[in-house]
Order: sequence, then structure tokens, then C-alpha cells
Amino acid sequence: MAEKQKAILILEDGLEFSGYSFGAKRNTNGEVVFNTGMVGYPETLTDPSYNGQIVVLTYPLIGNYGIPKNYSENNISTTFESDKIHARGLIVSDYSENYSHWNAEMSLSSWMEKQNIPGIYGIDTRKLTKRLREYGVMLGKIVVDPTSNIHFEDPNKSNLVAEVSVKTILRTPKPGKRIVLVDCGAKNSIIHAFLRRNIGVIRVPYDYDFLLEDVEGIVISNGPGDPKICTKTIDNVRRALKGNIPILGICLGCQIMALAAGGDTYKLKYGHRGQNQPCNESGTKRCYITSQNHGYAIRTDSLPEDWREWFQNDNDGTNEGIIHISKPFFGAQFHPEASPGPDDTEFIFDMFVRALR
Amino acid sequence: MIRKDKPQKTLILGSGALQIGQAGEFDYSGSQAIKALKQDGVNTVLINPNIATIQTSEHLADKVYFLPVNAEYVERIIEKEKPDSILLGVGGQTALNVGVELFKTGVYKKYDIKVLGTPVESIMNTEDRLLFNQKVTEIGLKVAVSKPVSTVEEAVGAARSIGFPVMCRIAYALGGLGSGIVNSENELIEKAIRAFAFTNQILIEESLYGWKEVEYEIVRDKFNNCITVCSMENLDPMGIHTGDSIVVAPVQTLSATENFKLRSIGIKLIRHLGIIGECNIQYALNPKSDDYRIIEVNARLSRSSALASKATGYPLAFIATKLALGYALNEVENIITQETSACFEPSLDYIAVKFPRWDLQKFRQVSTLLGSEMKSVGEVMSLGRSFEEAIQKAIRMLDLGFSGLVCNDLEFENLEEEIKKPTDRRLFAVTQALRNGYSVEKVHELSKITEWFLYKIKNIIKIEKLLENYNLENLPNELLKEAKQKGFSDKQIAWLIHSTESKVRVKRKIVGIIPSVKQIDTMAAEFPAKTNYLYLTYNGDEDDVKLSEENQIIVLGSGTYRIGSSVEFDWCGVNTVLTLSDLKYKPIMINYNPETVSTDYDICHKLYFEELTLERVLDICEKENPEGVIVSMGGQIPNNLSTKLHEAGIKILGTSPEQIDNAENRHKFSRILDKVGVDQPAWSELTDLADAKKFSSSVGYPVLIRPSYVLSGAAMSIVLSENELEEYLKKASDISKEHPVVISKFITEAREIEVDAVSQNGNLFCYAIAEHVENAGVHSGDATIVFPPQRTYLETVRRVKLITKRIAQELKITGPFNIQFIAKDNDVKVIECNLRASRSFPFVSKVLKINFIDIATRLIMNILLPPFRSSAFDLDYVGVKAPMFSFTRLKGSDPVLGVEMASTGEVACLGDDFDEAFLKSLVSTGINIKPKSILLSTGTIKNKTVFLKEARLLNDLGIKLFATVGTANFLKENNISVESLRWSSPEENSEVLSVIKNKSVDLVINIPRDDEMKSLENDYIIRRKAVDLNISLITNIEFARRYVKAIYKYSTGKLSVKSWDEYL
Repeated sequence: MAEKQKAILILEDGLEFSGYSFGAKRNTNGEVVFNTGMVGYPETLTDPSYNGQIVVLTYPLIGNYGIPKNYSENNISTTFESDKIHARGLIVSDYSENYSHWNAEMSLSSWMEKQNIPGIYGIDTRKLTKRLREYGVMLGKIVVDPTSNIHFEDPNKSNLVAEVSVKTILRTPKPGKRIVLVDCGAKNSIIHAFLRRNIGVIRVPYDYDFLLEDVEGIVISNGPGDPKICTKTIDNVRRALKGNIPILGICLGCQIMALAAGGDTYKLKYGHRGQNQPCNESGTKRCYITSQNHGYAIRTDSLPEDWREWFQNDNDGTNEGIIHISKPFFGAQFHPEASPGPDDTEFIFDMFVRALR
Repeated sequence: MIRKDKPQKTLILGSGALQIGQAGEFDYSGSQAIKALKQDGVNTVLINPNIATIQTSEHLADKVYFLPVNAEYVERIIEKEKPDSILLGVGGQTALNVGVELFKTGVYKKYDIKVLGTPVESIMNTEDRLLFNQKVTEIGLKVAVSKPVSTVEEAVGAARSIGFPVMCRIAYALGGLGSGIVNSENELIEKAIRAFAFTNQILIEESLYGWKEVEYEIVRDKFNNCITVCSMENLDPMGIHTGDSIVVAPVQTLSATENFKLRSIGIKLIRHLGIIGECNIQYALNPKSDDYRIIEVNARLSRSSALASKATGYPLAFIATKLALGYALNEVENIITQETSACFEPSLDYIAVKFPRWDLQKFRQVSTLLGSEMKSVGEVMSLGRSFEEAIQKAIRMLDLGFSGLVCNDLEFENLEEEIKKPTDRRLFAVTQALRNGYSVEKVHELSKITEWFLYKIKNIIKIEKLLENYNLENLPNELLKEAKQKGFSDKQIAWLIHSTESKVRVKRKIVGIIPSVKQIDTMAAEFPAKTNYLYLTYNGDEDDVKLSEENQIIVLGSGTYRIGSSVEFDWCGVNTVLTLSDLKYKPIMINYNPETVSTDYDICHKLYFEELTLERVLDICEKENPEGVIVSMGGQIPNNLSTKLHEAGIKILGTSPEQIDNAENRHKFSRILDKVGVDQPAWSELTDLADAKKFSSSVGYPVLIRPSYVLSGAAMSIVLSENELEEYLKKASDISKEHPVVISKFITEAREIEVDAVSQNGNLFCYAIAEHVENAGVHSGDATIVFPPQRTYLETVRRVKLITKRIAQELKITGPFNIQFIAKDNDVKVIECNLRASRSFPFVSKVLKINFIDIATRLIMNILLPPFRSSAFDLDYVGVKAPMFSFTRLKGSDPVLGVEMASTGEVACLGDDFDEAFLKSLVSTGINIKPKSILLSTGTIKNKTVFLKEARLLNDLGIKLFATVGTANFLKENNISVESLRWSSPEENSEVLSVIKNKSVDLVINIPRDDEMKSLENDYIIRRKAVDLNISLITNIEFARRYVKAIYKYSTGKLSVKSWDEYL
């Protein structure tokens, strides 16, 4: 990079951090959240669940391996989690413009510039993280161009899911059984998880009446923001729960399932975002390390009679998954598809596939 | 919480003496293991002859045996103690090997003993390469193509089929002993012969030279929960032993996909192997694709796990022990955060850099090339929030006089060679090349170092060049700040802008450029943590913890282990901290050695994992405002800082810095000795050759030379004649006004005596006098030390005590100190005095069962203690401390004792008399005390004569004697039966060497003589061969004589198995 250009991060509580700009040279705003994963910035930034958010990476040295070439299977990228960066901005401590990796194509900054996403580096991300931990997630803005004004904007007030969901139905070639994937902002890895198990995927918009589709299973995907905004999806799932077709909810999808079943969700102070979240499986001594990205959680004690807590976070005791006592309905708050993250819980896909009739 | 089958009494195997490949990290793992067991109410019995360790302290294991960790002694202890279980995973390769041997001989079955943690079958599957490869491939994972061979011919055949270069790998090796890349058939044959001396199987493997090397630390419980605690990436590619590699944590240049793929592979393999507890897995990664090979699994705590534990803050050894007891991962509390589960994978928000410390210049004729055999004797770990910051800190921590990656006075004759053929200086050569304009691609091509690291080094060079354009006045604040963020010390900046360290410090403080204190909390600040584990960084602007608390005392640690300073100073530091805590102070430790207990999470109030440089210690003092700093417990590094800290206005506790200087400064100390009427060997500081000759002939040869500037070879030397003096001063050193040389009279055939003592305000409080087995001329760190003294005249002891009192009074000593004496016929002279704890403090403290450091700390803190009755010093048993050498690993080095220290560790054992303690300590260092045949070559006529009586004892014992011609003739003339062995040409076919090669001798006694170059050369070959083939070697005449007497005395009886508390 040529000359360093100054940039400022401003939080809604007034705290300012000055650093330098990378990526797109423009201002941005959003909800500032931190992620403790030490690798996986290409996957993280393209995860639609980050729609509306400015991401702080707590690991300080970022950009080291550049951005990989984009490979796909079945016309769906296996490198990135969607077709574009969904985060609104990126905050790091020590950015590496010089990268090295056999598979890299460009630097992180060039990639962000191409996609018009700004970043800021050279700030004390630990101090920022502690602030977010203590005060909860906050609105913030990155100001690269001080001559143009930008205001704080709460992304949770808009329908973030609608922004990232597919607009039309997409069908993968049908090899055998099929599931409908209700796309609230689905990660590509979820689709690959089924395709690799020879299950066809019908990817439908979040508000589509998926019961119209003739499928063996229903998957409610991950996605950004507050699950309560997805009223249409909740209604559809409520109807599905009356039937017996297997249903799997992932992250936001799991929360939607809980709401449809009559349970409740709430906003966590600063969410779970990272690749090291331990989750205990109820009634066992098993604990899995999971990849997570959510700001809301299910209130366990709000679950109706016929639902059980399936997983629990071993750090803070919050709910990490629910399961129906008799029907093949279950959901995980974490990401069994990992990417980026450990694949400890991939067995959930196998469980679900076995349940498909 | 648990449990069925919880053990009641567990035997823990320690790792013995520190040696290359197996060092202080096992004190850390053993100590944590004992704590974990004790917390569960398990009775603990520890066997470890390494007396300087924390784990052998009174407050840890219920019973301690200072005995050899070998199958014989472990079985005898099992017989006596009747434990129901044994822990093999915390004592390094030594413990693991013994554990496997006991399994094979059926000892566990015989005594109904349960092996805690990883089952022995699983250990064997990881240790035997063939079994290991089978295990890996049967679940579809990849290992390097590998062929097991058991003869030299098979080795050659296998290598031919794979194609040179090949990797020659040896199972059951400490730190990769013997393993290495072999380029030609001749090289392979030589290596194979050596290898078959240790093992009957070696492996010929495909060479992965230039591949990336990464490691993961994996933990598994018996419920099949499995996590990876830390990932590490070697800066140096495959081909350089990981112990000799610069390592960063976490991995830096792998994508998430690669990272989690390796994690999955590791977990899959560890589950398949059935490991319970902790293990380490090493991979080679193709730098141009996603191809990989699994290199090895260490089914035990290792050097890497100690590093991972310190790098992440995750107490691996403690948790591994809990898992071995049968807990599930999510049942164990995370003692670091006290908030979260132990079942999670730490997230770092900093980078850790490990840098090895080599001491190759201490050895004659050693090869400085790095390869797959480990050569480093210690390591440092630095923490930062940029690679540039961390690497520069790490290099300063080495304490080799480097001020960082740049600003060093280094010259390279052939840069490309230095980069291609790695030595201990390679990273500096790489830096120089990049500075000279070599492209990153070119340097990568030569070094195979991943480009990312090279770009980072270029960033440092960029700042270096920018700084050169400025002076103190016009230096822009922004550049100054960036330099600090890239790890430049004030000293480096001063060097570049032609100013001084203190002026740079003043300037940056005025403009507010100061470091921030950050916590290591294992979770990147996601949850509030109560950790006391801290470091400083310029890449941040907020302090994490409460600073400037009341009652804080800073204790300076000992830094990297090196020859001359190792675990014994960690013992001193830890004991100081424990006593301070007991006195209700809040001790702060500063240390950066990941192998130590002092850097453990539960030792001090606050731990700064930081540099022990003036700049950094001042930074911490300014942040914390301690009541004072203790500099006398960490060896020479803190001692050297005392004056500068004092001048900067920091309160030094204990003996005053002026007095420390009085003892350190040769001229001042000499005047003080004269004043109090204490004798010392004649000495003079000289600045030219003529004066040196004049002085030497006036005092008479031999003389001891200590140059202040060393060109090559050993720093200190004894010279016998004017010719030698001239040669030495011309070749090995530089003599000038700037670099004076100190010459002192060397007193031959004198005994060396040491005093370790503690004083308060000049009043001697307690002391311990010990004698050396070897005569003066052997460095005190390499000498065999006897305490209490057995052969020193009472009159000598009395004089030593008197002199000690006088010196304590004169220097107004408060705290620990050590004086070395030379004694000949009751004539006592002082040769050295250190106003700090010495290497032997743990030894004398533990033999006496009086903790000198605890006492010293109390006295330093102005506590009045009741005096001891002298009966406390009257012992009915003897302690003998013996050195451990690592010559086997240091290819080419001459395994001989001299004035420069060469040992890497030590052991000490107790016995009812000298001979018993002596023999136990010899067994503990691997010396054969039941030889059936001995090769003698006893040097000078005088030594031959002196040894005659002992040779006769060997005859009486029925030990077969071989000797070189001269020695043999002499012995035959004196009616001793011996077989004479000739030298012939070519040397390799000489009879002398073939008895060594065929291992027809169990012991070589080779006493070097001082004349005749040819025989010197032959002697060297004998010694070297013996060491290379793992045959015990004795090179000192006094030692040899005591050895023979001792084995004669104990030829029929057994050495006793008594625990520490049984010696009353």
C-alpha cells in the first residue's frame, strides 16, 4: 500500500479510535461486534449473518494468507460463504498487505476494495472488545473521509434477513432425496453439506411457503439479526411443526423454530462469535467445540413441554440447541457446517439425513 | 466429584537432569501434575534426581526420591512404596522409556499398578515408527514414505529405493538424537552405525526438506472429548529440529480450511491411538498445495506443550493430569479464567514467538550447522501484538548481546551460504540479505522460510532505514511510535539516531509513547478473566489490570536457560516469590522462559512475561511502583541490572548495588580482599602481549586467561607456557587497550571449595561449605560437588568460614551470596564472589533441609530470625551433585572438562556415605557403574602412577581392561593384566577404535594430557567415539580414582533406596 490514510472508528457512546484505512476508501456504519476466531476472515466476511455489522477481529494479525482463489462445486462457491462480503466493515489491529499462500489471489485490502467494503487497522482491538463486552454491542461508524457525513444506524431495525435471502427459488440437480432450505441468509457450506451427502437442495426465500414443496426434510438456515422479525417464516414453521417432516434449524433457524414452537428469544449482551465455543450435549459427558455467530438466544425455560434443551454453552450456560421429544425436529444454535471452525458437530447433518424418509 | 477407581497413591516419574532435548519444561509439567493429584487427595511419590527442581520441593509431592529414573530404581521404589498407579506422561522421554520398559518386564502386572492416562500400548504405537505408520495409514491418513531397517546394508538398500536425500530417523530418541537428512551413501553408513549403537531399528524416510512444519497440541479425555489447545507454526522449514526452530503461535500462514483440516486429522488420529491426556502432533505441509504428512505424535507432555501452555495460558499439564485421573474435560474448571470451561480452545489476541538459545561457542570443534538433531540448550518466548514486535523482543531475551533483529554488529562472509546452510545466526543473515536488497523471493528460495515472515522482517528494516535519517531533535513522534510498535528498543533507536538509550526514553515519555499492559486470558477478552498473566505492547493504548497496588515487590527471574544458568535459578525465584506471598507481600515476577515454573499461573501475584532489559524493567517499575526490586535470585542477568536500576532511582532490596559492583569489579574486589587480609591468586589486567608475557613468567606458568573480547573458541583458557600464551592471544582473542585480558596464576593440584551463605546487614546468618571432587581447573558448574565436605581439613573449613564472615561484613551483605575458594595445604585463597544466589543453593538447601532462599528473602525483607544452632549443619549423610553433559548431541565437540562450563544440567543424590551418594548420582547421569570392561588411557606418567592403585582394584574386581599402548605398557610393568590396543592407519581400523565401535567396552577412562599434538588428536577421537556410541566416559583423574574406589566398595552390596525424609 502507498501512503497510510487515517481513519477513525466512532462508537455510539462517543469513544473514538484512530487508525488507518484499508479496503474501500469510504465511510460506513453498522452494529459493531467482535469475533474471536483466529483464522477464516474470507469465510467470516462473506457469512450473510454479518449483514449490517462491522466486525472486529480480536486476533491482531490479519491478512496473512491473502484471499484465496474462488473455487466452486455445483456452481456454488466452496471458498466463500456467499457471493459477496456481507459485513459492512472490518476492524483489525495489525493488517498485512503482504501475504503468502500458494492459493492466494489477492490481498484482503484489494478484495475489500473491489467489493466496496472499508476497513480500519492500527487500533487497540482488545480495548474495543472489552468495551463491547462491558457495554454490550454498540452502533459504530468508520470514518475514512471526514468531509462526508455519516450517522449511526441500527441495522436491527430493518429486515436484514430480507436483504440477504434469495429472491427466487433455486433448485440443485436432484440426485435423490431433497430438502427445502429456507434461506434466511444461508451459508454456502450448509448447501454443500447436503450435496456431499447426495441430498438435493431447494433453496427458497425466507418468506416463501415452503410447505408447497414436496420434500423429505426442511432446513431453516442461519441468518442475521433478530429472529422475531421473521414473522412469516415463524408462521410457516409453526405449520410445519404440526406435521412429521424432519426439520433442522441452524442458528437463526433454530431460534425461529423455538419461536414457532411457542418459546421465546432474547438479545445477548454481546453475542457469541468465534470458533471455540464449548457446547455440552444434555445428558452426556460430551462437549463439542463449535463455530458460532449469533447475537440472540433461546430462553430455555420458555420451551414448551415437548421440547428439550439439546446443547448448552459450557462457558455461560446459554442455550445452544433444542430437540423435540418425539418428532424429528431439532436445531443447533451453533454452526455444524463450521467454515470457519471445527467440524466436531458435523454429525448433526448425518442425524438429519438419517431422519429423512 | 469422582469417582470409582480413583487412585490412592501415585508414583510420578521425573525427567532427571536437564540435557539438550529434555530441559526445564518437565519441571513445569511435573509440578502441575503433582498439584492436580494433590487437589484430588491422591498421595504422591516422586522420583527425580534433579534436585534443583521445584517439583522436588518439600511442599509438593508427599515423598521424594532423589534417585535415578531407570527401570531398576523405579521397580525398587514400587516394591517399597506399593503405589496403586503410575504417571508416565510428565517426565519427558526418560519417563516414557522407563514406563514402557516396566510394562514389557511385567512390573505393573506383578505389583497391580494402573498406568494413568494414555495406555502403554498407545505409547508404544506412537514410539515405534513402524507401528505408528501402520496406525496412521489404517485410518487413511498420510505419513512420509518410510522403511524400517535393522542393518546398515538394509538401510543403504532402502535409501537407494527411495532416492537420496533421505531422512534417517531413530526411534526412542530424545530430541531427535541421531536423526538427520542424509545426502549420500557414505554419510548414511556412518550415521547408521552410530544409530545402531542406540537401537536395533532405524527408519529411512522420504525427505520433506523445505516443507512447512506445524504442530498442534491435542487434549483428550476418556469420554472421547477432544480439543486442540494450540497451533504452532515453525518459521524454519522441515529439516531443522523443532527444538532448534523459531516457532510462532498460533499458526500465521494457514487458511481456515487448512487449519481445521489439520485439527480434524489430529483428532481423528489421537482418538484412534487412544490417547488420554495431552499429546503433540507434528505435520509437514507442502508449501505449494494442501498436501501434508504426519511426522510424529508425542504421547506425553513435551517441550512444545510447555510452550503451548505458556503461549495460550491454558494449564495443559494440570488438565492432562485431571484427565488421566478420569475426569471429563467439561468437568475440570478452567483455573486461568475461573469463569469458563476447560473444554474449549484458547483464542489468542497476540502472537507468541519462541526463539531457541544456543551455546555452541562454548564447545571446541562443534559443528554450528542446524539440522534434525537438536542443539539448543534453552529457549525464550516473547509476546506481542505484531510479529515485528514479538521477534525483536525474543532476540533481546536471548541475552546474547543482540539489541533486536537489527542494530547488531554482525558480519557475514558469505550471505547465501549462511542462509542456505542454517546455523544459529541464520535469521540475522536473512535480515542482512534483505537489507542488502535481496528480494523476498530469492531469500525464500535460499531459506525456504515462508515469505510472510520475510515481509515482516522487511518492515523492520524499513523502519531501521527511516530512523537513520533523523536525530533525537527532529525525530517525528509518529515514526518513534511506529518503531516502538515494530519492537525497536530505545537502545536500537538511539543507535540509529546517534543518541543514547536514556535520552530516547526521556523523549518518548514526554510525548506519551509508553507501552500498555495486556492480559493473557485464553479467550481474547470475550469474558472477564482473573488472570495475572501479563505482557507489554506498544500496539495498544489501554492497561488491562489494576496497577500500582500496595505492597508489591518485583522479583527478577533468570531468563533463558543456558549453560551456566538454568532450573536452579528458577527454584530460587519461585521460592522468593512464595516467601514474599507468605509475608503478605504481592510479588511480581518478570521472566520470559516458557520452560519454567516461575512463569506458571499460580506462583505469583502478577507475572510479566517480559524482557529482563533495563528498558523493560523500568517500564514495569513505572507502571507498578513496587516497593522494591529483588535482583539476587535470578542469576547473572538480574545481578547485572542492579547498578543501572539503582541509578534510575529504583529501590534495590538486599545487598546494595554499590556493594554488588564492589564484588563484580575485579579491581575493587581485589582491594577489598587486601583490606580484610584475604588472599587471592596473583592476577593482573593487561593490555599488550609483552606485559602479558612478563606478568605470566613472574607468577609462573600455568596461568588462567580471561579475555574481555572473544574472537573464536572458548573464552577462558589455561596456558602452560609462553608459546601457548602467545598463540592463544593471537588466535583466540584480541588484546588491546579496549579489550584488556585478565591473567591470573593458576594453582595446580589444589582443591576447590564453595560456600553458599546468607547474611543480614553483614552478619553471616547461615552457610554451607561444599568441596569439589575434581581439582581446581574444572569449572564449578562441571565439577562433582560433595556436601558436607568429606575430605577437607577442619582447619581449612575454619578458615573458609572466617573469610566468609569477613567478606559478608565488609560488603554489608544482605541476602544470598556465594564464594569460591581454592585450597592447598590449608592455604586458602578466594577466587570468586557473587552477591547473589548461586547454582548450588537448591542443592545445599535440600541436603540440609534448610531453605536458604526462604531465609534470604525474609532477611532481605528486614525480618529478624532466631539464629541457627550449629547442630543443624551436622549431617549423618552425604549429598553429591554431579553434572550432566550433552556432548552426544553436539556433534564434533570435544567431551572434555575445562575452565569453561559445558554441562547442561545436574543431578544430586543422597547416601549414607560419599561413595553411595556418588554412585547414585553417576547412575542418574547415565554413567555405567557395573562395567565388565574398561578402556584406559591415563595420560601423563604422573597420572598413570597416581592411577595404579585403582587399576589394581579393577583387576581385583575381574573387570577386563584394555589400554592404549603407553598406558598398557606401564600397567603391565606393574603387574596389572591388561590388553594393549594399537593405533594404526587408517585410524578407523585401529584396535582402539574397534573395541569402542563393537561396544566391547562399557566405560572409557581417558585422561587428556597436555602435550604432544598427535596423541591429543587421538585422545579426542577416542573420547568422541565413546560419546557418539553412548559409552560412559570419564576424563578427570580425581573423578576416575573416586569412581574406582566407589564401585569397588559397592561391588557386592546394593545402593539403598531411601526417600528424602528418611535421611535424618
